[in-house]
Amino acid sequence: MLSDMNPADVTGDYREYTLDLFGIGPRRVLVTDEEVPYPDGRLIVSRTDTEGIITHVNRSFVAMSGYTEDELVGAPHSILRHPDMPRAAFADLWRTVQRGEIWQGYVKNLRKDGAHYWVKATVIPNVRRGRIVGYTSVRRKPERRKVEECIALYARMVAEEREVK
Amino acid sequence: MSYVFTVSPDFSPDHLPGWFVFNTWMQRVSGLRFHLELMDHFSDLRRAVEADRIDLIYANPHDAAMLVREKGFVALVKPGDGADEAVIAVSADSPFHRVEDLEPESRIATTGDPDVHLMGMILLEPAGLNRENVTLHHCDSYVLVAKRLFRGESDAGIFLARAFDELSRPVRERLRMLVRSDIQVIHHYLMAGPRLADRVDDLRDRLTAMGDDAKTAEILKGLGVSRWEAVDEEEVEFMIDLMDTLSYSPA
Repeated sequence: MLSDMNPADVTGDYREYTLDLFGIGPRRVLVTDEEVPYPDGRLIVSRTDTEGIITHVNRSFVAMSGYTEDELVGAPHSILRHPDMPRAAFADLWRTVQRGEIWQGYVKNLRKDGAHYWVKATVIPNVRRGRIVGYTSVRRKPERRKVEECIALYARMVAEEREVK
Repeated sequence: MSYVFTVSPDFSPDHLPGWFVFNTWMQRVSGLRFHLELMDHFSDLRRAVEADRIDLIYANPHDAAMLVREKGFVALVKPGDGADEAVIAVSADSPFHRVEDLEPESRIATTGDPDVHLMGMILLEPAGLNRENVTLHHCDSYVLVAKRLFRGESDAGIFLARAFDELSRPVRERLRMLVRSDIQVIHHYLMAGPRLADRVDDLRDRLTAMGDDAKTAEILKGLGVSRWEAVDEEEVEFMIDLMDTLSYSPA
């Protein structure tokens, strides 16, 4: 279960979207234009179970997301989903890691306050005694040139997905 | 029966006598015979591991992954002094003030320390730098990395954060740090091989109790370690997964 975003948590003017999250259903999100710079030298780390439910976050994850650790652990990882991210990117992510392979890509994440931050994300399946027991996601500071490329690419992909709908 | 004990070649030369004292202590409390064999190069260590000659090792994070997954080693303890981190530094008079100022074709001074090099390359990524577009200069020590920066022979250097902090003041004053990692979960581990499998619990108990009296605390001080912390299998597996994400490079 993932609750809608609360206007009281959002700083400044915002736009409202309703995301259709896989396995969860609709979620109302509130989005501003503010980008929070990725902090130098940090890694944002989280782990989920095989269903994508967060089981562990590090302190950099908590700081950048704007949520408390208690709000994050037990929540679906899609709590960070930004409406500017194409569904196809996450479908590719899940297909890849469920095959037992590593996925890497650039992701625009949504904070609790409606702002966003860009990451270079790498997701690895946690294989223990031959079985996938969860996933670890590690994000690091992206090269700005790659972010600019993704802004344009994802805008085209999202537009195409909305047309198909 | 005699067992071979070794230490990852990235240890500080200041701690060389400390490892011999520690080895003597280990033999006394465990009743086992350990032969401490220190190696100058990472390649020598790899060959010894490949030949299954090592039984006890203070391993760097990169080797820990291979030792667990391929050689059946078990982590006993980690130092309780914080995680391994990396620093990117430049000469104090360098025109570069943040990592993003560095450009492709930069000359980067580094060491053979694989995990520190890996972390350092991650710190350089926001500038669009990678192993394909920089010139790497491999140095035998962090002091030599610093010297290349003073002399203008390299644009930036990769340091183990602890080694950077331990550089002498005159050396430090000629350098400027651009960024320090804050990864929090990458550690060296003291690890036991399969021939010591039935002694793991006993060794771990004795090691974690080391800080309890002044005499053993002094031995730890000789290693630059304040205390040993017990580690479980999942903690090491988690670090290995994390290292795998950092070293992943799509084909």
